[in-house]
Amino acid sequence: MTADVLSALRAEVRAAAHRAADRGTAAHGTASGRSASDRTTARQTTARRITAHRTAARPAAGDACVCGRDTSVLADRPDGTVVRHGGTVAKAHAADTDPAGLAARLAVAAHPALDGVLLPPLAPDAVELDGRPVTFWPYGTPVDRDDPDAAPWEAAATLLAGLHRTPRSALPPDLPPMRGPAKAARALARLRAAGPHPAAAPVLRAWSVLPAWARDEAPAPDTRTLCHGDLHLGQLVRARDGAWLLIDVDDLGGGDPAWDLARPAAWFACGLLPPGEWTRFLTAYREAAGPAVPADSDPWPVLDVPARALAAQTAATAIVKSVAQGRPLDEVELSVIDACDRMASHPPELAGRYET
Amino acid sequence: MQCPKCHAPMQTYNRNGVQIEQCSGCRGIFLDYGELEALTRLEGQWSQPGPPPGAPQAYPAAPAPAWGAPQHGGHGGHGGHYGHKRQKSFGHMLFSS
Repeated sequence: MTADVLSALRAEVRAAAHRAADRGTAAHGTASGRSASDRTTARQTTARRITAHRTAARPAAGDACVCGRDTSVLADRPDGTVVRHGGTVAKAHAADTDPAGLAARLAVAAHPALDGVLLPPLAPDAVELDGRPVTFWPYGTPVDRDDPDAAPWEAAATLLAGLHRTPRSALPPDLPPMRGPAKAARALARLRAAGPHPAAAPVLRAWSVLPAWARDEAPAPDTRTLCHGDLHLGQLVRARDGAWLLIDVDDLGGGDPAWDLARPAAWFACGLLPPGEWTRFLTAYREAAGPAVPADSDPWPVLDVPARALAAQTAATAIVKSVAQGRPLDEVELSVIDACDRMASHPPELAGRYET
Repeated sequence: MQCPKCHAPMQTYNRNGVQIEQCSGCRGIFLDYGELEALTRLEGQWSQPGPPPGAPQAYPAAPAPAWGAPQHGGHGGHGGHYGHKRQKSFGHMLFSS
């Protein structure tokens, strides 16, 4: 995003942090209820508590703030710019975000049924900044990228199982489909647009044999299950109480829940995630009664198609990135392309959903 | 060095102590004198009979798709086959879309 818009976004998050702080001065110390009817109050109280500002400090002009805290940029991509000030985070979503879809997804994140599963927003509605919707969230501590041994595989699996078990009554009727296949299709479109590349052929071939729904060329066969749509380890944060929560509602919606398990499944199949860690993830999902895979038989008949799609998406993104950066593909990226290559000798499992 | 076939840059990898050069373009592999023999010897070790019954194994073999990478059972997630790649892939690939 351009410097002046980024500056405006920084000002938004500072103002939001201090607004929350002003409210928090009066409300601080209020007991937070946990029942559904107390949910809104609890969330507001939580919102107040997580903000760093409990005095009536006022933001100053420009990027400086009288409270002395920095406003840091956590991410700046075309599909999402995220800034943080104290305990408050503002996210500017992609310019082509469907406003009604985002509103429905925010409503899901704020619903009491998702308590302890999805991070709730600080405000129920998005505001607009330079044509991009902006939403506000409490800050949470991300997963440590430098410590694979500490990766919260069980928490990720348990949260997904909880998400997938969300009752239909908690979902707004206008909730759009999960965007996993659309994101994969976009990555493949970018690969084609990047021009010829020696590693592109196996990826395009692996993609071409997938069923139409997985390529976002037909509606998903079943959209009754709430899915995250873009699960990876950057999508978990630790809240103030120490519990892990899922974040990022941009791709949330109804779809095949196996899609949410398919990225770790693809990492495992590509030889990037050791079998022990994959087994921990899968076991925790089953122990939490997650509905995406059969409880006690081979999960691969249902994981195969989404895992192939996510491997192709990952490979396509890696090639496009390597071209843009003018560098060769690295060892990890080549592992994913090699997996796409091996798919050619094994047609996808089109059996689809298992019988129950 | 450059690939003699397609002239893309080649990268050096260490496979079980054997240095190999792989082309980033066509993914062809260049082996120095003696390296093919070293790899053949290592392959023979992999196909040796497994550990005796009752020997500790880190994790049971997990079912994998037919297109999956070869698994080397019992090596778990700490070093061995996964050590280097695990660290590298964790940092950048397991955190992005």
